[in-house]
Amino acid sequence: MSLASQLPALQVAVPMLTAPLVALLRDSHLSWAAAFAASAMSFVLAIAITGQVIGGETLVYHMGGWAPPFGISLYIDELSALLLLIITGAATLTLLAGRGSLEEQVGEARMPLFLAAWLLTLAGLAGIVVSGDAFNIFVFMEISSLATYILVSGGPQRRALTAVFKYLITGTVGATFYLIGVGMVYMMTGTLNIADMEVRLAEVSDRNVVYVAAGFITIGLALKAAIFPLHAWMPNAYTFAPHIVTAFIAACSTKVSLYVLLRLDFFVFQKNLVDHELQFAYLLMPLAVIGILYGSIAAIFEQNLKRILAFSSVAQIGYILLGASLISVAGFTAAVLHFFNHALAKTALFLAVACLGLQFAKMRLEDLRGVGRSMPWTLAAFAGAGLSLIGVPGTAGFVSKWALIGAAMEKGAPGAALVALILFSSLLAVVYVWRIVEVTWFGHGGEQAKAAGGGPITEAPLWILTMTWVAVLANFWFGFDSSLPMQLASSSAEEFLRHQP
Amino acid sequence: MIELFGVFLLALAVITAIGVVQARNLFAGVMLMGIFSLLMAATFFLLDAADVALTEAAVGAGISTVLMLSALALSGAEEKARSRSRILALIVVTVTAATVIYATFEKPRLGDPNAPVQQHVAPWYFDMTQEAIEIPNVVTAVLSSFRGYDTLGEVIVVFTAGIGVLFLIGAAAPKGRASPSQGDLPVGLKHHQPIRVVGKLAIPFILLFAFYVQFHGEYSPGGGFQAGALFAAAIILYGMLEGEATALSIIPAPVLFAMSAGGALLFGGVGVVCMLLGGNFLQYDVLLAGSPVGAQQMGIIAIELGVGITVAGTLLSIFFAFATRDQS
Repeated sequence: MSLASQLPALQVAVPMLTAPLVALLRDSHLSWAAAFAASAMSFVLAIAITGQVIGGETLVYHMGGWAPPFGISLYIDELSALLLLIITGAATLTLLAGRGSLEEQVGEARMPLFLAAWLLTLAGLAGIVVSGDAFNIFVFMEISSLATYILVSGGPQRRALTAVFKYLITGTVGATFYLIGVGMVYMMTGTLNIADMEVRLAEVSDRNVVYVAAGFITIGLALKAAIFPLHAWMPNAYTFAPHIVTAFIAACSTKVSLYVLLRLDFFVFQKNLVDHELQFAYLLMPLAVIGILYGSIAAIFEQNLKRILAFSSVAQIGYILLGASLISVAGFTAAVLHFFNHALAKTALFLAVACLGLQFAKMRLEDLRGVGRSMPWTLAAFAGAGLSLIGVPGTAGFVSKWALIGAAMEKGAPGAALVALILFSSLLAVVYVWRIVEVTWFGHGGEQAKAAGGGPITEAPLWILTMTWVAVLANFWFGFDSSLPMQLASSSAEEFLRHQP
Repeated sequence: MIELFGVFLLALAVITAIGVVQARNLFAGVMLMGIFSLLMAATFFLLDAADVALTEAAVGAGISTVLMLSALALSGAEEKARSRSRILALIVVTVTAATVIYATFEKPRLGDPNAPVQQHVAPWYFDMTQEAIEIPNVVTAVLSSFRGYDTLGEVIVVFTAGIGVLFLIGAAAPKGRASPSQGDLPVGLKHHQPIRVVGKLAIPFILLFAFYVQFHGEYSPGGGFQAGALFAAAIILYGMLEGEATALSIIPAPVLFAMSAGGALLFGGVGVVCMLLGGNFLQYDVLLAGSPVGAQQMGIIAIELGVGITVAGTLLSIFFAFATRDQS
């Protein structure tokens, strides 16, 4: 077998098997180098896989050489490739940027174990995305969840532990619900392979148990994806995690659960269950709409920078869900575009937070008054990424919001109401981003009093600043030329909506 | 008769579960959880799932009870009084349970040969286990070859859990806590002669049974997960009898952690070797030229060993991390 055909397995195996090695290394620098090498290697693999699937190819890999449905198969299409790019790209960039920040927040002594958990998170998320088997997805969900809990618990404040405990309980309930649903589908079809489920579910699609299974799977994944009103674990987990961890998981971890939800719902349930598209839309569209409004308004009233951004994520997940719940090619395209563009914006924003974190212990807005005058590059990066979060023309965020508006317009009068909602919530985003910009640039009296070491506040180190700006400029680059995400998004929308077993 | 016995066991399980929820004393709660696991193990055995029953008994009733107790030693034994009412939680749990029960109305009858799970992949597993792997225990074949990738994932889960505990509470070396000079500190059960004598008699047999379960897993119920848990149980028993420091002087904490990582690497390494020899990841066929059946068996033995080493190493790392932690 050639190397090219082994890429799907390597995508998971490289980070997963480097993790034990990293954990065994006693030296913090050495383990960082190994973890970075594995992350960068994963990113290269993701790019190579994207090159293979772009244009409609699908990669199927038989684990252990056993054909599905008997063995486990990996299944990679364009949507999986897009998610792989987000996951591995975010992991690599934030790890590269965040060495200093992590050493300060997590400590050098615990670094090897922490970095092993980092790689396991990466391997778990990648393993979910490439898998074509519903139970295998659960196994990798366990790996990524457990490892993410470790990452979040590394936060410097004691409250990180209570935040992560809540996250752990919620995440476990979510994963268990998913497993109950998969178990019920297995009971009725005798298969765990997603493509095979799609075929075999047709015979038993009139049974109530299948609807119950769909419900359990949807609610379980909605918990893990922090879909309103099941988002309660998220703000604290994001706030008390180390800043670099927040930048990594905010980019990808909730999106991976959304991906599984879309994969199972569009491939398995909508094809087989009568009126399931409508049920999907009627359940999730109101949640998306309320989530967008609630997240944006809550963000306006928050006093902590990281919590503002966390509530903004609740709203952004709402946009993705809104696009998907339109059940149209245009809507699905917008949702997938927003996967990519929101990851770009949030990574850049949280990297800017990590820059601030080198000077400030807490992220209360009142402490950050006027900090823009001492750290102009950091705050300029924040403002730039903020523009993308709002969706100002010329940024990546605009591309997906424009696509979402276009998709809503197709739906007639209710669509017009959705367009109004999107515009209104963008105004709310202007309010919460502007509030941060105003306080940090034009506020007075905060910075001198709260300097971490007592000394004057200085600009963040060049290295992390450069990486933050790389992320910010990516927002402008993909606003200028969005052909790659656009192509992946539109053809995965075609595949998901027009796909026939 | 079997049905009656099953109903009896499940009724006891329900009562025990209510007891766990009601218990304010955490020690009682942990003990009831152990009983619950034992009841479930018996239920699995009634359903002819001997492999699962063995795992549940070794891990659920055995090791996890010990781990919970060692965690309890670091915290208070009484649950804090709750301030908020739990009506909402009760409603959610009731609705969820009712939904699950509703879904079971349409489930195929227990043991129905025409059920979808018996018709689709299961016959293939039975045939191929005979044909391609030639071992009697189909469960082992499914677990370590047909769905070996899942098992690798589970081993990584175990390893991740170990990393998590060590990351949070640290693998601190025992700072003379169990040394005889500090006489008033608990030193295992050294002063309880009968327990010591009987306990130490049991250790070699537990170890022997662990190795039997490990290396006989192709023929009878068992395999790496159960064997690892049994092996860990023997060492933990020794640690309880002789003091953790004595146990750790035989297998030091870094060695335990290296076992935890090494087993996972052994399993993954087998997968990579398969790739290098021209197969897919974990495709054991290619391990021996000219003998795919022998190669399958070789691969299964190797990865089961990896599973056992990781499970034993991780469970012991977690236990000693709790047991040797200062109570400050």
